[in-house]
Amino acid sequence: MSNNKIKSEGVNIKSHRLSKKEIEDNFSDLHAPLTPIEALIEADRCYFCYDAPCTKACPSDIDVPGFIQSIRSDNLTGAAEKILSENIFGGMCARDCPTEELCQQACVRNDHEDKPVEIGLLQRYATDSVLENGVKLFSRKKDTGKSIAVVGAGPAGISCAHRLSVLGHNITVYDSKDKLGGLNEYGIAAYKSTNDFAQQELDYILDIGGINIQTGMELGKQITLEGLQKQFDAVFLGCGLGTVNQLNLENENISGVIDAVEYIANLRQTSNKDELMVGKNIVVIGGGMTAIDIAVQSKLLGAEQVTIAYRRDKNAMAASEYEQTLAKKHDVQIQYNLSPKQLISDESNVSAIVFDVMSSQNDGSINATGESLTLRADVVFKAIGQKLVTEGLTDNSLELEKGRIVVDENRKTSLTKVWAGGDCILDGDNLTVSAVQDGKLAAISINETLTQGA
Amino acid sequence: MADLTSNFLGIKSPNPFWLASAPPTDKAYNVNRAFEAGWGGVSWKTLGEDPHIVNVNGPRYSSMMSNDRRVIGFNNIELITDRPFQVNLKEMRQVKRDWPDRALVASVMFPMNEASWAKHIPIIEDTGIDGFELNFGCPHGMSERGMGAAVGQVPEYIKQATEWCKKYATVPVIVKLTPNITDVIYPAEACLEGGADAVSLINTINSIMRVDYDSLTMFPTTGGMGTHGGYCGEAVKPIALNMVAEIARNEKTKNLPISGIGGVTTWKDAVDFIALGASNVQVCTAAMVYGFKIVEDMKTGLSNFLDEKGMNSVDELIGKAVPSVTDWKFLNLNHVDKAVIDQEKCIKCGRCHIVCEDTSHQAIKYSDDGGNRVFTVDDNECVGCNLCVSVCPIVDCITMVAMESGVDPRTGKEITSEPADWTTHENNPMKVS
Repeated sequence: MSNNKIKSEGVNIKSHRLSKKEIEDNFSDLHAPLTPIEALIEADRCYFCYDAPCTKACPSDIDVPGFIQSIRSDNLTGAAEKILSENIFGGMCARDCPTEELCQQACVRNDHEDKPVEIGLLQRYATDSVLENGVKLFSRKKDTGKSIAVVGAGPAGISCAHRLSVLGHNITVYDSKDKLGGLNEYGIAAYKSTNDFAQQELDYILDIGGINIQTGMELGKQITLEGLQKQFDAVFLGCGLGTVNQLNLENENISGVIDAVEYIANLRQTSNKDELMVGKNIVVIGGGMTAIDIAVQSKLLGAEQVTIAYRRDKNAMAASEYEQTLAKKHDVQIQYNLSPKQLISDESNVSAIVFDVMSSQNDGSINATGESLTLRADVVFKAIGQKLVTEGLTDNSLELEKGRIVVDENRKTSLTKVWAGGDCILDGDNLTVSAVQDGKLAAISINETLTQGA
Repeated sequence: MADLTSNFLGIKSPNPFWLASAPPTDKAYNVNRAFEAGWGGVSWKTLGEDPHIVNVNGPRYSSMMSNDRRVIGFNNIELITDRPFQVNLKEMRQVKRDWPDRALVASVMFPMNEASWAKHIPIIEDTGIDGFELNFGCPHGMSERGMGAAVGQVPEYIKQATEWCKKYATVPVIVKLTPNITDVIYPAEACLEGGADAVSLINTINSIMRVDYDSLTMFPTTGGMGTHGGYCGEAVKPIALNMVAEIARNEKTKNLPISGIGGVTTWKDAVDFIALGASNVQVCTAAMVYGFKIVEDMKTGLSNFLDEKGMNSVDELIGKAVPSVTDWKFLNLNHVDKAVIDQEKCIKCGRCHIVCEDTSHQAIKYSDDGGNRVFTVDDNECVGCNLCVSVCPIVDCITMVAMESGVDPRTGKEITSEPADWTTHENNPMKVS
C-alpha cells in the first residue's frame, strides 16, 4: 500500500523535510534500554511486595516482584522465564504497554516518592537477554494429535498458538498480510519497536515448532469460519479490527485525508522514512493511542504544525496522561471539544477542516455550542477507531454485540469450537498485553476442552 | 562547637579519628596525605623483624558489594609491612617531627621470644612515637608463623608478650585483639594482667568472600589458589560493638581504655563505639574505599551531634550506653511491646504481613477490599518481636509501643510496672527464690 492519497504536487506535502540522519535519530528507541548496572540498581528499588499491586494491575498476570528479584540476583534466564511463561510477548509489552496506567501506576513507591520502579524497562532488560541469546525456555509436550486453526498472527493469535504448541497441539496460523505480527508489526509506533524487534520476537516465539504459518489467507475469502470448524478440532479468532471508522463527512475521499492506521502501517514497513510524504500542517482527528502515535510520528518526520482535535474533554481521552504528555513534549497541540464538521479543499487537496465547538456534560454527553473553529490542514489523519470486518463471521450464528465478538471469561464464543481474543472481542481494551492474555486464556480453555477425558 | 580533641592514654590528637594500622598507614607518603586531610592520628603499618616479609603479587583485597556497588564488606590477605625495618623507622621519625600535634602509634608484631622485643622496642620508641600497638589480631599469613592472631587466641601468650613490651617501653602500650575467639573477655583480662594500658578491637575476621562462578574456585585467588583473609568494613561493626561493650561492662576490665575498630564509616559509627565504651576510633576500610577525605564528615558530624546533645567534648559521650547493656537473664519479662502501624505513612507493600505470617507470629492481618490494601496488627498475636519494624521500608511507619496498663490480650496477663526477669521466673529450674 502507498500514500496514493497524498499528491506530491500539493504545495505543502512533500518528502525529505528532514535529512535521513535526523529521521534516524528521531526514530531511535523512545526509552534507551537499561545497562546492566542500571538494571541492578533499579531492581534494588523493588520492595518485593506481598500480593503485589503491580502484578494485580498486569492484564497478563506477570509476577513482577518475582522477575525483578531474579534480575537482582543475576538470574536473567529465571527472570525472563517468569515473564514469558505468563506473557510470551513480554518483550513487546515491555516496549509498548502503557505501564504508567498499569503496573507502574500500582507501584507502592508512588505512595511516598512518586517515582515507581521502572518495571517496563526491567522487563525489557530481562526479555532482551533471552531473545538476543536465543535461550530456549519452552519445549513441547507429547503430540496430542489435535489440530487448531488460529486466524490472525497478531499478539492474540500468536500467544494462543504458542501456548497450544507448548501443550502438544498442532496449530495452523492464517493471516491476510504478508508479514506476521499484526499490530506489533504494522501498528505500534516505530520508536517503540526499533531494529525490527517485532519480527525478532516472532522468530523467537515460533522457534517452539508445531506452528504452521499460512500468510495471504483472509477470513471470508481464502478461508471460511465454517470450513475451519470442519477441518480443525478448534478455532481461535484473533483477527483484530480490519477496517477503520469514517468521519462521514462530504469530500472524505479527497487527497490529504488519510487513515492514520494505514499511514502508520506504511511508516512501519518503509525502509526509507525520509521518502515518506509528510504534511506541513497536520490535523489528527481522534483521542486514542493511534491519534498520539500518528501525531508524534508526523512531528518526527518533519511536520511543522500538528494538532490533535478530540471531540470530548481531556478527561474522556483514551490516550493516557503519559501519552498526552509525550505528544506535548514533541510540540503537538492537543485541542479538546472539537467535532469535525466540514472538510475544505483547495485544488483537490484538503486545505482546512471546520469543527463544531462542543461542550462536555457531566453525564458524558456532548453538545454543540453553536460556535465553530477552522484549522488549516494539508493533511487530516483519521484516528477515530477501527471496526471489525464482519463478513465471513455473521453467517455462522457467531454472536456479535456492538460489532464485536462476544466471549465468556475463557474467551469462548457462542460457537462450540470457536474461541476469540484481542481487539475483535467485545470489551477488549485494545492493549497488546490484553490480547496476549486473551490468547493465553483461550489456549488453556481449548486445551482443557480437547483433552477432557483423554 | 564541641571539643573533638582527644587524650587517649595521654596521647593527644586533634580528633578521635585515627587511621588503623593497615595499608593506608604503610609509609610516610600516605600518612602525610592523611594528616593533610585532617586525621587525628595513625597507627603505623605493623613493623616486624628483618628480613621483612613479602606479599603476594596478585589480589590482596576483595569486597562484598551491594547492587549499586557500594562496599559492604572487605577482605584482605596483606601481611605486615613489606619494607625494611630501618626505612620505616626513618620515615616515622620524620613524620612525627613534621606533625607533632598528631598521634603516631607504632603497630608491632614480634615472635614469642623476649630477646626480639628487647631488641626492637627501644629502637622504635626512639623515633619519638607516642605509643605501641601490639598486633595480636592479624588472622592470615602471620598467624601461620605463630604471630598475630596465633598470639591473640591464647591469653597466656597475650599476657607474656604484653609484659615483654611493657618491660622495654616507656610509652603507652595498646593491645589489638582478634575477634577470632570464643569470648573476648579472656584475652582482654590477659591484657590487663600483662600490664597493657589499653586494648583496641577488633582486628579482622577469618573470611572467604565467595567462589568464582565460572571456575568454581574460591575468589579471589593467586593464580588459581586462595587462602582465607581478614574481613572488615561496615558489615563487621555489630560484631565489634558487642566485643567492645563486653569489655566495657566486665567488672575486671571496665576501666581498661578501649580504642574502637571495625567498620567505622561515618560519625554515627563512631558514636556507637564511643557510647559503648571506646575512647576513640580507628578507621581503615572507609579510607580504603573512599580516600582520606571521608574524615571531614566524621569530624563535623560528631561535633554537630555532641552540640545537639549538649555535650562539650567526646569524653562526655564515652560509655554513655554501657549501662544499658546487660545479660539476657536480666531483661524485664514483664515489659510488653506491641507493634503499631501508622496507616498514614504505610505504603501498603505488605512486607510486614508476609514476614510475620510466614516466619513469625501471624500478627499482621491483611485485607484487600477492591484494591484498598490494609495491614493491621492483631494484639492478640503480637509478641512485640520487632520483625515488622526491621523490614519496613518506611521510616517510623511501624513502631513498637509499650503497654503501660491493662491486660496483654495475647497472654491475658495484667500489665505491671514491677519488673521480673528470668532469674526469678517460675519456668527457670535454677531460679532464685
